[in-house]
Amino acid sequence: MARTRFVPDAGLTVRMTTVMFLLGALFVGIVVALMFWLGGNNPGLAVLIGLVGIGVAFFQWWFSDKAAMRAMRAREVTPEEAPELHGMIDRLCAMADMPKPRVAISDTDLPNAFATGRSPQRSVVCVTTGILRTLNAEELEGVLAHELSHVAHRDVLVMTVAASTGILAGMVTRGAQFGGLGLGRSRNNDSSGAIGFVVVLVVSIVVYAISFVLLRLLSRYRELCADRSGAYLTQKPSALASALTKISGQMNAVPERDLRAAKSMNAFFITPAVRGLGMGTLTSTHPPLEQRLDQLAKIAASLGQSL
Amino acid sequence: MGLWDALRGQSRPRAANLDALFSLPSAALTLEVSLGLHPTGSGSVCFRAAEGYAAAATQQEAVALVGMDGGPSTESRVDEYGYTWLTVRAEPEDTAGLVTDLHAVNSALEAQGFGTGLLCSTVGFRDDNAVPAYLVYLYKQGTFYPFCPTGPTTRDTLRERQIRDAVGADLPFEEDTSRWMPIWGISEG
Repeated sequence: MARTRFVPDAGLTVRMTTVMFLLGALFVGIVVALMFWLGGNNPGLAVLIGLVGIGVAFFQWWFSDKAAMRAMRAREVTPEEAPELHGMIDRLCAMADMPKPRVAISDTDLPNAFATGRSPQRSVVCVTTGILRTLNAEELEGVLAHELSHVAHRDVLVMTVAASTGILAGMVTRGAQFGGLGLGRSRNNDSSGAIGFVVVLVVSIVVYAISFVLLRLLSRYRELCADRSGAYLTQKPSALASALTKISGQMNAVPERDLRAAKSMNAFFITPAVRGLGMGTLTSTHPPLEQRLDQLAKIAASLGQSL
Repeated sequence: MGLWDALRGQSRPRAANLDALFSLPSAALTLEVSLGLHPTGSGSVCFRAAEGYAAAATQQEAVALVGMDGGPSTESRVDEYGYTWLTVRAEPEDTAGLVTDLHAVNSALEAQGFGTGLLCSTVGFRDDNAVPAYLVYLYKQGTFYPFCPTGPTTRDTLRERQIRDAVGADLPFEEDTSRWMPIWGISEG
């Protein structure tokens, strides 16, 4: 058996699976709460609402590549148009033994990159013209390896499934505000119906808040995982580290208008475009640079030792 | 990649498959007979050298291993994509020896845990008009494909398909032609 230098991070796996389990439990929790509210006579309706929530998530996942490409005004490029970019991705995919994704370039000054698509067979890796100008070949390759890891780990799928709890809670909140979409009308006359509305409203808002924080936590873990796999793929953690440092530094120098335009895309980006807000550590989609560099330094050390 | 790997987000780097390389000598004979392609005796291992001292030491070890007891000479270069090419130049008629040398390089890398960095191996051929053709072995897929460059960024697709038809049965061949990655600048090595 061949020896390997790959060391899985068990702690990261445990933390991440815990977050995913909690999100799943929340989803079940809100469906059960709905069942109580709607009463024993039609529990099927609560399940139906749950299914609609999943359906919305499914829709987002299914059209993720088209939606993201349109939001970033990205266009697909052929090997003739961008030979270096294609060459890099060709080699990385051959090393990782994965199907080659489509390659796109977005004409934005924001130095960033993202990967999206419903499956590794139907995914797109997109880089901005800003990142092509900012990074050298080695650093760009580190970033591409990070994005290809997102594709291989099916991060778009994982994140949209994880987001379905929040989507459902949001739907219920809005539904309860507008009188439960007429669902509880027969019970509106007695006071227990009114209390039921308030309870459902509060429960769904709380579930939404918790799932929001958990989702961001999960997103940060997925970023660390992609950094890790990307560094092992290129065997050059220092290239990714210097790319991340460069991009993070540049992020504060780009104009504000661009930043806001890209806000909804943050979860897919290699570094977030929005600067640390008040609750930065709780709500950011990406781990702090410090933590990412620490992890890369550990990988570099493990690659440098002789076995 | 399974569900658990996707959920965990920590896929193990793909290990290289080294064994299929040994089916090359018989394929070289077939190429000589059917298409008049003669082996040039030079072959390369292309890999991603990890940063740090261990990888550099391993590479030196591998070169020393091939050159032992008056073995063939090796040279190394780093291409524009940052991959290291270790080229072995042996006697043209000794394809089996060349394959053994390439395998020695692979084993040296693998023994130090750098097998995941192996990208491909190439073995060179020429026809009577000295037009080059290459067989490329992809380590992670464990398959071969032909590559016939005709210029800096042009390739002879028809000839590549002829080679596939000639030796496709002897070698584990890459069926998916979209994976027949061009390696421009291969002849410089």
